[in-house]
Amino acid sequence: MNRLNPIIWQQFVKVQLWTLTSLTVSILVFIIFYILFNGLPQISWEFLLTNPTDMGRGGGILSAIVSTLYLIFISLFFAIPLGIGAAIYLTEYTQEGRLTKIIRFGVECLAGIPSIILGLFGFALFVMSFGWGWSLISGGMTMSIMLLPTIIRTSEESFKAVPYEYREVSFSLGLGKWSTITRVVLPSALPGVVTGIVLSIARCIEETAVVIFTAGSSLRFPNSIFESGRTMAVHFYILAREGISMPKAYGTAAILILSILIINISAYLIMRYFMKRYS
Amino acid sequence: MKEKIIEKILMILAFSAIGILFLITIYIFKEGLPIIIKVGIKDFLFNAKWAPTKGHFGILSMIISSLAVTLGAMILGVPLSLACAITLAEFAPPRLMIILKPTIELLAGIPSVVYGFLGVLILVPFIRDYFGGPGLSLLAASIILAIMILPTITSISIDALQAVPLLYKEGALAMGATHWQAIRLVLLPAARSGVVTAIILGMARAIGETMAVIMVAGNALRIPTSLLNPVRTLTSNIALEMGYSAGDHRTALFATGIILFIFIMGLNILANTIMRKK
Repeated sequence: MNRLNPIIWQQFVKVQLWTLTSLTVSILVFIIFYILFNGLPQISWEFLLTNPTDMGRGGGILSAIVSTLYLIFISLFFAIPLGIGAAIYLTEYTQEGRLTKIIRFGVECLAGIPSIILGLFGFALFVMSFGWGWSLISGGMTMSIMLLPTIIRTSEESFKAVPYEYREVSFSLGLGKWSTITRVVLPSALPGVVTGIVLSIARCIEETAVVIFTAGSSLRFPNSIFESGRTMAVHFYILAREGISMPKAYGTAAILILSILIINISAYLIMRYFMKRYS
Repeated sequence: MKEKIIEKILMILAFSAIGILFLITIYIFKEGLPIIIKVGIKDFLFNAKWAPTKGHFGILSMIISSLAVTLGAMILGVPLSLACAITLAEFAPPRLMIILKPTIELLAGIPSVVYGFLGVLILVPFIRDYFGGPGLSLLAASIILAIMILPTITSISIDALQAVPLLYKEGALAMGATHWQAIRLVLLPAARSGVVTAIILGMARAIGETMAVIMVAGNALRIPTSLLNPVRTLTSNIALEMGYSAGDHRTALFATGIILFIFIMGLNILANTIMRKK
């Protein structure tokens, strides 16, 4: 064993650690700038507001944007009440014990299921068994399963962060349990809950495997939730993989990255505001 | 009375996650099990010949490919992630940490198709030119996955490192250890269960990732013998063939899903027990 001076050794390790960290951050910065550099010139109002033509070679991505919005609304419509309800039950109605352990275990496992398995499940249940075919409703329902663990966890954390005295004061004023939750706990925890929802929107935007299996990839403008639709991520995947149009692929990717950036930054700001209020 | 009803409704909502998990398990098994029974579990798992239209349903090459890609991603990704976690938790000034942690977590937000796309555009030609082979390869998939699992491992490890009581570190420093010695000899061992959980969850993410892998792995159906071979993983096989499959072929894809599901569940349960034990 060579006995190097620990202080010199520490400097050596520190340099290595910082190098690796900078490498990671530069990969991220590179990805974002590369896509934006190549994609931003493709974006115009026309690109955003016209439907794709000729398999995506021409036109814009309006139908893909609308499909993505449909998917977001449907999945949140199911995931929000389910997730917040579960979180309220876990924090306000039960003590830590066997029951909560089982529920938490279920939530953890659900969070770990890869999108391809969820896609298979959504396909078997909604597309085939329910006979809804490839449609935005099948896609949205399957996506809501994917969002559920995130919403439960973030809501639970924010309910827990609400000081217990708030509830005691409310009880002492004669409010019932449910009124206390809806009038005191929920409003105080709202920024945290909203952060979870905002991050869920990002997952709807970036997901591909689930959506291709359950919502299909029809390029037509979706007129109802029972029609198939191609979200932006799926559109980008097909454009890039089948080499249909590089400029349009870059344009779509830039929109994807921009939306993810905006969503993550706003989630971060909401969370910071929340933390400031309680510390 | 009203309160009682509300509590019951909320309880049902809380059990929805378990219920859905149960439903997923039932459906995947119901759809896939018939083919495993038909060809026999041994032939399904240990036969490398996959030609579903001709009645051959062996997924050995895909199992090996999935494991190889995941192993590669771990070898590259774990040191990188731990380096980031240690730097951020210990060496970065708090102000920088506040900016860097969400920045690294942003890596998780980038759509997997974008990773795949950049992989094809930049990484694949690079491998083809400098290492040989077709470029679309086991190596390319491992590198992309290493980057994709980085935020998962880093973020959970940071939490684990920060959960170690400050007293431990102060004790080590008071004994005359350098900061790095305190990290290596006291902090990391104390945070071990959290860090191991982080690595297992990263592994589960790597083995389950689909779209990016499809784009860069080359998807050839054979057992890889070199890092530069194109490979087809369990996940890519499902996604590639689902669109045009029918009958036994489709059942076989669900059966592929069962094997993947068992792998992932095993890793999840492992992560859960390690975390519990603490």
